[in-house]
Amino acid sequence: MPDAATLTRTLLSVRDLHGFYGESHVLHGVNFQVAEGEVVTLIGRNGVGKTTTLRAIMGLLDRQQGSIQVAGTELVGLRPDKIARVGIGYVPDDRGIFASLSVEENLMLPPVVKQGGLTVEEVYGLFPRLKERRKSQGTKLSGGEQQMLSIARILRTGANLLLLDEPTEGLAPVIVQQIGDIIRQLKAKGFTILLVEQNFHFASTLADRHYVMEDGKVVDMIPNDRLEAEAEKLARYLGV
Amino acid sequence: MMELIGIPPQALFGQLLLGLINGAFYALLSLGLAVIFGMLGVINFAHGALYMLGAFVAWLLFQELGVGYWPALILAPLVVAAFGVVLERTMLSRIAKMDPLYGLLLTFGIALVVEGLFRHLYGVSGQPYPVPDALQGGTNLGFMYLPTYRAWVVVASLAVCLGTWYAIERTKLGSYLRAATEKPQLVQAFGVNVPLLVTGTYAAAVALAGFAGVLAAPMYQVNPLMGSNLIIVVFAVVVIGGMGSILGAVITGFGLGLVEGLTKVFYPEAANIVIFVIMAIVLLVKPAGLFGRTT
Ligand SMILES: Nc1ncnc2c1ncn2[C@@H]1O[C@H](COP(=O)(O)OP(=O)(O)OP(=O)(O)O)[C@@H](O)[C@H]1O
Ligand SMILES: [Mg+2]
Repeated sequence: MPDAATLTRTLLSVRDLHGFYGESHVLHGVNFQVAEGEVVTLIGRNGVGKTTTLRAIMGLLDRQQGSIQVAGTELVGLRPDKIARVGIGYVPDDRGIFASLSVEENLMLPPVVKQGGLTVEEVYGLFPRLKERRKSQGTKLSGGEQQMLSIARILRTGANLLLLDEPTEGLAPVIVQQIGDIIRQLKAKGFTILLVEQNFHFASTLADRHYVMEDGKVVDMIPNDRLEAEAEKLARYLGV
Repeated sequence: MMELIGIPPQALFGQLLLGLINGAFYALLSLGLAVIFGMLGVINFAHGALYMLGAFVAWLLFQELGVGYWPALILAPLVVAAFGVVLERTMLSRIAKMDPLYGLLLTFGIALVVEGLFRHLYGVSGQPYPVPDALQGGTNLGFMYLPTYRAWVVVASLAVCLGTWYAIERTKLGSYLRAATEKPQLVQAFGVNVPLLVTGTYAAAVALAGFAGVLAAPMYQVNPLMGSNLIIVVFAVVVIGGMGSILGAVITGFGLGLVEGLTKVFYPEAANIVIFVIMAIVLLVKPAGLFGRTT
């Protein structure tokens, strides 16, 4: 039995989640929890279902079963726009920058879903480069800038749970470091972050805990301070 | 009388004006088609029938209720929009994820039903609709005579086209529309009610067709087949302009109207086919259309 303290502190709770693309069964009973203010990663080899788990939380799969609760609200069965309004900000793995929108329009696109989001000035403070380029077409930005835009635009909305799908994929080390700094600042501001990450070294500098996925399931949880001790096991999971 | 390249200026400018007027209708209709295609992925074959519906609603308002041109210019598009909401919610939304061919067949069927209904009720002979008092008469410009109503049609169409362009390209709502055209799922995952946006877009785009129908009513007779005669050319215009671009649809619409008018002056035999010839050439040279994006 979880005690009262953990009940109130758990922000996201995923239980026995099954997900499908058409006929193919991709998630086979995913279980994990994220507490308020935590940074938690989903790690695992390519194709284990990390992206699918995030898409399932956003209600974007053809079909899903099980339970996803955020602050006590059941998300399974809700439309994606209703799910977003529970207070979730989503950074998809392809960054999702709109070519027909300027940088500024991309930034201003997601509607405010809750009070307490960052102001536009605060967002530009975190990402000064976006302010300089605000009149450019969204997809004219460099890969790193697009990634920053993808993160920046969900900070305005008041969402307090952020789902980030491989924000460092394909980026130069300097940019990865900048994004790491941003995520640390967001954690300090109290955001709760579920991070899908392949770059394990990067993840270990930010996260509180790591959930390991294999074949559409969460198979293990490793607290960040146990990483060294569990290094061998982890290497086996990730096949490195 | 001065002559240009052997053509009396009266004839030249007269045909240019006619071309501009045809272009006004091409622009209004192809604009709506482009928006619908972008958002719903549907080639809206019912567009011509909805244009006809706009004209008929104006005519019925006048005949049955004595409601004049100016209120009809607002009311008829609203009626067409309401009909569009019903079409989208009850039928088009159900085929949203299917092959585009289903949308084409469905809207083609809707066009046949709507046109058949009006043919059954009112026959194929046209119904006259009076030019409103304020737009009677015309002006002699020296080089040509300009009927006031025709000038109004060009100005009103241009204004509505530019207004639509502004709404799509420069407003917040327009940015939702553009974004949802690209990645509807992601826009919905940001908290935007995309299904509602799709319905609203369809309603607004068919309202433009209804508006064009009201504009046409005093100039041409109100006839159940007026839409199907026009829509084939409008499809060619859309193919030439490219499906993706709003401004492209407007420019192509007016431009091709003018080209058609000029052809009537210089080589009248080809006037009816010039747009299709251009379409064939564009398809060969730039299949995505003049303003289309190749992705
Ligand atoms: N649209 C789709 N249709 C069908 N199957 C899909 C689709 N997208 C992903 N899959 C399959 O679902 C499984 C999980 O994919 P997912 O993208 O969630 O993996 P991932 O853990 O995010 O991998 P990566 O590290 O490569 O991003 C894979 O086997 C993949 O082939
Ligand atoms: Mg992935």
